[in-house]
Amino acid sequence: MTFFLQLLVTGFALGMVYALIAIGFVIILKCSNAFNIAQGHFVLIGGYLGYTFLVPFHLPIWAALFSAIVAAAILGLLIERLTIRPLVGQSELAIIMMTIALASVLEGLATLVWGGEYKTYHGVLPTITLKLGGISLPPESLIGLIVSIVAMVMLMLLFRYTKIGLAMRATAEDLQVVQSLGIRATTVYAVSWVIASVVGVIGGILLGGVSGVMIPLAEIGLKAFAVVLLGGVNSIGGAIVAGIILGMLENIAAGYLDPLLPGGGLAQVFPFVVMIIVLIFRPYGLFGLTRIERI
Amino acid sequence: MSLRSGTFHENYAQDMAILRTRLHWGMLFAFLILLFTCPLFFSDRILTIMTMIGIAIISVHGLNILTGYCGQISIGHVGFMAVGAYVSAILTAKFGWPFWAALPCAAMAAGMAGLIFGLPSLKIKGFYLIMATIAAHFIIIWLILQFRDITGGPDGFAVPKPKIGSFVFNSKASYFYLVMIIACLATFMAVNIIRTRAGRAFVAIRDNDLAAEVMGINLWIYKLQAFFIGCVYAGVAGALLVHYYGFASVDQFAFMDSVWYLGMLIVGGMGSTIGAVFGAVSLKLLDELVTVVGPILSAAVAAQAAASLALITRGLVIMLFLIFEPRGLAHRWGMIKAYYRLWPFSHEELE
Repeated sequence: MTFFLQLLVTGFALGMVYALIAIGFVIILKCSNAFNIAQGHFVLIGGYLGYTFLVPFHLPIWAALFSAIVAAAILGLLIERLTIRPLVGQSELAIIMMTIALASVLEGLATLVWGGEYKTYHGVLPTITLKLGGISLPPESLIGLIVSIVAMVMLMLLFRYTKIGLAMRATAEDLQVVQSLGIRATTVYAVSWVIASVVGVIGGILLGGVSGVMIPLAEIGLKAFAVVLLGGVNSIGGAIVAGIILGMLENIAAGYLDPLLPGGGLAQVFPFVVMIIVLIFRPYGLFGLTRIERI
Repeated sequence: MSLRSGTFHENYAQDMAILRTRLHWGMLFAFLILLFTCPLFFSDRILTIMTMIGIAIISVHGLNILTGYCGQISIGHVGFMAVGAYVSAILTAKFGWPFWAALPCAAMAAGMAGLIFGLPSLKIKGFYLIMATIAAHFIIIWLILQFRDITGGPDGFAVPKPKIGSFVFNSKASYFYLVMIIACLATFMAVNIIRTRAGRAFVAIRDNDLAAEVMGINLWIYKLQAFFIGCVYAGVAGALLVHYYGFASVDQFAFMDSVWYLGMLIVGGMGSTIGAVFGAVSLKLLDELVTVVGPILSAAVAAQAAASLALITRGLVIMLFLIFEPRGLAHRWGMIKAYYRLWPFSHEELE
C-alpha cells in the first residue's frame, strides 16, 4: 500500500510539471491558434539559462531568476516577430512545421552555446524534501508542484484583472470582434508567446536545479502533448487535471508493469498509448471544445 | 496545362500523356542513361550519397501522397519505415527468405501498420493527427525493443545483403542500381496514383474534406488508402535502408528523421511528385555539405559546432522556405519552365 501511495504522490507531482509545460502550450494555442511543438525546448533553454546565470555569472537567485525571465521574454518576442508573424494566414501545417523547425534551431543553439553537455547547479537552489509517514516527496517533484501552483495563480490573475489578459481571452473567443474593437491582434500574439516562453523557462530553471540540464530535457515537451490532448487543447484547467491523471497513471503503470515486461521502459511509451486511446475515443479531450465544422 | 506554341493535342490519350512531346521522351531517356551510367564515373562515396538520396526519394513519395496530396500530416513516417525494415530484415536473416519475397512482405506489413495508426484520422485532423503519428512512431520503436528475441532489442542484428537468384548486391554500384530502379518505379507509380480516381479523391479530401464527403467520396476508404499507400512506400524505403547497412537497429530510425522527411516535402513543394524528388535531393545534399563543413567548423570554432550546425541548418532551411517560398522548389521550377517557354515575352504570364 505504501508503494502504491508513493507512486501516486510522485506521479501527482510529476503530473504538475507536465501541467506547467502544457499551460504554456495551451495559452499560445488559445490566443494565436498555433500549435507550439517547441514548448519542450523552452524548458531546455530555461535550464541552461539558469545554469549560466547561477554558476558562471554567480548571480544571487532572485537576480538570476529575473534575468532569465527577461531573456525568456526577449526570446519569445523574437520568435513571434521573426518566425510566426510572417505566417499569419497560412495553413495550420505551415505554422506547425515552423515550430518544429524552431525546435531544431533552439536545440542547435543550446548545443552550440552550452556544448550539449550535462550541466548541473545542484545545491544552489534550496531543496526541500517532504515526508508524510512512509511516503517521501522528492525535491524535484515538490519544486515542480510549487512552481506550477504559483504560475497558475499568476496567470489566473493576469487573465482576470489586466487589460491585456482580457484582450487575450477575447481573442481566444473571436478574433474578428477583437480586431473591430481596436485591439491589436499582433500584440496579443506577442504576449502569448512571451508568456509561453517565460513559463517554459521558469520550469526549466527549477527542473534543472534539481536533476541537471541536458538536451533530452526537451523531450518532456512530447509528454506534455499527451497531457494537452487528454485535457482538451483549449482548456487550462483541463491541462492541470490531465497532467495529474497522466503523471499518476504513468508512475503506476511503470511501477507495476515494468517488472513483468522484459524490455521495461513502459513509462516512456505510456503517454503515447494514452494519446492514441484519447484520440480514437475522445478526440477533443476531457474539457476541450468540440470543433463544429461547416463547409 | 500549358503547352509550347505549335504543339497540338488531337485526342484524349495525347492530352493525358505524361510525356507529351518528343523532347520530353528525349530528356527522359537522356536522364535515365546519365543516371544509370553514374557508377562508371563516380567514386563509391558519391554512389553512397546517391543511393541514400534514392532511398529518401522513395520514402518522401510515400509521405507526399499521404501529406502532400491527401493532407493527412504524418510525423511518424520513420516509424513505418522501421516496420518495413524489421520485417524484411527478420524474414531474410532469421527465416532465410529471398529478398524479392521479403520486400513485398515488408511493404505490406508497413502498410498494415499505417492502416492501424491511420484509424484515428477518421475522426481527427491537423494537430491531433500529428500527435497520433508521433505516438505511432514511439509505440512502434518501443514494440521493436520489446520483442528482443526476434528483433535483438537495442543491440540490433546483422542483415544479409539482398540476393536475387545467385546474384548478391554487395558492391556499392550494384546496390545503386537496385535502389535507383526501385526509385524510378516508385516515382512512376507516384505520378500515376495521383491521376487515378483515388488520387483525385485524395486532393479533394485535402482541399476540403467535408465538401469531398458531400460529393460522395468515402472518407473512411480513401483516408485509409492514403495511409496504406504512403506507408507501403515507407516500408520499401526502410527495407532498402537496413539491407544497405547490413544491420538493423532502432538507432537508424530516429524520430527527428521523420521531421526531416516532412522538411524535404516542404522544401520540394507539397503535393507535387517532382517536388518530392527535388526536396529529397536538395536536403540530402545539404546534409552532405554539413558533414563536410562540420569538422572544419568544429576545428575552427568549437568541438560542438558540427553537431549544432546540422540542427540549425535543418531548422533554418525549413523556416526560410516556409516564409519565402511556401510552395517549394517545384513552384520555382514551374516558374523557370514558364519563363523558358515564354521567352522573350516572359512578362506576359509569370504566375
